[in-house]
Amino acid sequence: MGSILENFTSGIIPMEAYIFVSFIMFFSGIYGFLSRKSLLMVLISIELILNSADINFAVFNRYLYPEHFEGFFFAMFTIAISACETAVAIAIVINIYRNLNNVEVDSLDELKEPEASDEK
Amino acid sequence: MQYTLLILLLPLLSFVVLGLMDTKWKARVAGSVGTLVLSVVAALSYYTAWAYFSTANVGGIYQKIVPLQTVWMQFSGQLHIDLGILLDPISVMMLVVISTVSLMVHIYSLAYMKGEKGFERYYAFLSLFTFSMLGLVVATNIFQMYIFWELVGVSSYLLIGFYYTKPEAVAASKKAFIVTRFADLGFLIGILILSFYTQTFDFGVLNSGNAGIFASASGVTFMGASVLSWAMALIFIGGAGKSAMFPLHIWLPDAMEGPTPVSALIHAATMVVAGVYLVARLFPVYVTYTPDVLHGIAYVGAFTSLFAAVIACTQTDIKRVLAFSTISQIGYMMVGLGVSGYGGHEGTGYMASMFHLFTHAMFKALLFLGAGSVIHAVHSNEMQKMGGLRKYMPVTHLVFLIGCLAIAGIFPLSGFFSKDEILAATYMYSTGLGIGMSFIAGLTAFYMFRLYFNIFWGKENSYEHSPHESPLAMTIPLVVLAFFSFFGGLIPFGKFVTSDGAAYTGETNYVLAIVSVLIGITGILLAAAMYRKKTMLPDRVSQSLGFIYQLARNKFYVDELYLFITKNVFFKGMASPVSWYDRHVVNGSVNGLAVVTQWVSVKIKGIQTGKVQQYAWVFLLGTLLMAFLILFL
Amino acid sequence: MAEQIIFYILAAIIAVFSVMAVTSTRLIRSALYLLFVLLATAGLYLLLGYHYLFAVQTAVYAGGIMVLFIFAILLTQKPGERITPEPLKQRVLAIVLSVAGIAFCGHIVYYNFNRVYSFVKEAELPTKQLGMTLMGTEKFQYLLPFESISILLLACIVGAIMIARKR
Repeated sequence: MGSILENFTSGIIPMEAYIFVSFIMFFSGIYGFLSRKSLLMVLISIELILNSADINFAVFNRYLYPEHFEGFFFAMFTIAISACETAVAIAIVINIYRNLNNVEVDSLDELKEPEASDEK
Repeated sequence: MQYTLLILLLPLLSFVVLGLMDTKWKARVAGSVGTLVLSVVAALSYYTAWAYFSTANVGGIYQKIVPLQTVWMQFSGQLHIDLGILLDPISVMMLVVISTVSLMVHIYSLAYMKGEKGFERYYAFLSLFTFSMLGLVVATNIFQMYIFWELVGVSSYLLIGFYYTKPEAVAASKKAFIVTRFADLGFLIGILILSFYTQTFDFGVLNSGNAGIFASASGVTFMGASVLSWAMALIFIGGAGKSAMFPLHIWLPDAMEGPTPVSALIHAATMVVAGVYLVARLFPVYVTYTPDVLHGIAYVGAFTSLFAAVIACTQTDIKRVLAFSTISQIGYMMVGLGVSGYGGHEGTGYMASMFHLFTHAMFKALLFLGAGSVIHAVHSNEMQKMGGLRKYMPVTHLVFLIGCLAIAGIFPLSGFFSKDEILAATYMYSTGLGIGMSFIAGLTAFYMFRLYFNIFWGKENSYEHSPHESPLAMTIPLVVLAFFSFFGGLIPFGKFVTSDGAAYTGETNYVLAIVSVLIGITGILLAAAMYRKKTMLPDRVSQSLGFIYQLARNKFYVDELYLFITKNVFFKGMASPVSWYDRHVVNGSVNGLAVVTQWVSVKIKGIQTGKVQQYAWVFLLGTLLMAFLILFL
Repeated sequence: MAEQIIFYILAAIIAVFSVMAVTSTRLIRSALYLLFVLLATAGLYLLLGYHYLFAVQTAVYAGGIMVLFIFAILLTQKPGERITPEPLKQRVLAIVLSVAGIAFCGHIVYYNFNRVYSFVKEAELPTKQLGMTLMGTEKFQYLLPFESISILLLACIVGAIMIARKR
């Protein structure tokens, strides 16, 4: 932490600052993912997680290997993939809403074996 | 002579086509196709025989010809299984016999089996059998022979069990299969021992007379006998199983549950002589290296022959009489081989045995088909329900008489010549054995004419509907076979088939011949006295023999002995513990595994809540823990 | 110095709105906060000199995906509806895990980033070069992933329609 404060006034934005921002974003996503019940909230959390990964890609690319484009393109492809994922996920959410009339994560445990007493 | 492959492939093709078509074709079409194919095969066989005997004689000796030989399975440099075609006098002779009898049976069955359910299947199986039997006789090596040997067993099983809705037929087919299979175990072990020491399967090498290939077996003994003797004796056990030698004969009488033409083809003319053929095929090995085994074969054959002849005198089912007669005659052939030496005058027995095989195939097929014709008319196998049929069925009567005379050995029918040669060879070997065989010849004449008189003479039964002569499709094969049975003996067999391939003219022992004929006539007269008219004589004779009669009538209780041994010793002593072990230990452990798995799964399935966020929890905690461990430890 | 200030403003926006996005009890607000976070992220790309990525982020994320979210929310929520808060225990546990994660990762970053990375200020990346790289088949060029992504997008379009259509 100390170096971040030290570099606060100098002319260069330190890399750790970017990384730390992305951490906050990432763990906010984790928190949302773990605690929220609404499927849409879970989706928003996933978007946060993905976005923080994008930042990391871009930052590492820019700071460590500025002559290459790997991180840049990875971030770009990730954006495309997250667009896909969101589209499909929202389609599913709407479908679920149609069938169950709510969008709670906890109501989605139909695949689990019911607690029937079929033990022999 | 590569066309000989067609002799094998045509019946196979016929089997496949008929088997696949099954009931899609009309019965008449299936029968015609099968018969047509077989007639082509027969024609090819005759042509092969003509071509072989007219060209293969080089310097007075018939050469072995191998027109085809391919490696079928190559396991290692030395261990390979070949398939090929071997032509030598006995295989060519067998080709002729098999294709002739098979063709006759095919034609005969067109009428006999008419309207039966499964007619097409029947013809498919006949083709399969013919293919396997032909493959057996032309085998170039002992392993190929074994393969076809088993195929023959399978087709025999299928045909005996043809009426699979009858429990007796099912039991008989299983019995035949299991007994012969049991004997084949000996055959297989014999093959393995033999090939282990000689490093070859090939008949050509084994029979080449080159002592070098048996060198590694010399001096090796097992339980007091040389290992080669063991091998050859075990191989003979396989032959004894197929040829119904005592004590493995029990399946053959029961096999009569099959359709009568099948009995004629398989259980009289062709398959049951496979054992004789096997011994003949390896005859040079037997005679040179294991003469003791060969002598054993002679005594087994003689005993079986006597044993079966005695039983045949007491049976009332006409097919069973013929079955025991078959066993007895095969015993004759075994004796002929067993007493034979190698080459020239010494080799009379071999030649005679093959000769008897040939003539026996013809007249026994004739007798069976004749019996089939009688059964077709009367609808019963029992003698009591017959009698006086000579008026109703003149053709069958005449050909049956020819068959009986031939098997009784009356001059100049075919049986006389072949049997006389066997007797001559036997007397050359041992007078005692010879007298025994002569006695059996008398018995043969007696029981055959007992059968004949009971069917065609004797009291006249009141039939529900008067019996009639069989249709042409049945009488024509009978007449053809009668022709062969009558004149077959005039073939100078020694010119074609001898132990060393060189032609040999047997000198007829006139005294012996006359005595044999006289013995045969005595047997016939005795039978005529007892059975020609309905008298009390047979009952009185059977009562005076009492115990012995009962023994023979019940086939000396061999079947019961087998049952006792299998039920009480094998089933109770071995099968039940094994079954218990299987059911409780093997099954138990596997089931136990399943039960434990199920129990555990029921216990741990609560972990799987179906709640995604709980999974995420576990996943994240795990990830953190892993990272922690990697970084700080 | 201006960049410094802009960066810290953006960082503050991201930190605050990330947390607010995942803690809000109204979904539509959450979505709005997410939009702020995404736009601020786009600003970070601009600071880094990735102008093209900035455009993509703004158009796809802040444009496309947000519209999807808002539609979904409007379709599944009644107006003005609040989400009933989750059990406290669940939230506390999640907070603990998140804070532990941040601490853990911060520890790693702090003790491993001892090299001084200098951000070489260049002119913005020429878009032509980016295009060539994206469409090239050489080493370090990205035609194949590009095509894969396009197929994936197509599959998603079809899939989303199939899943969401009325039966």
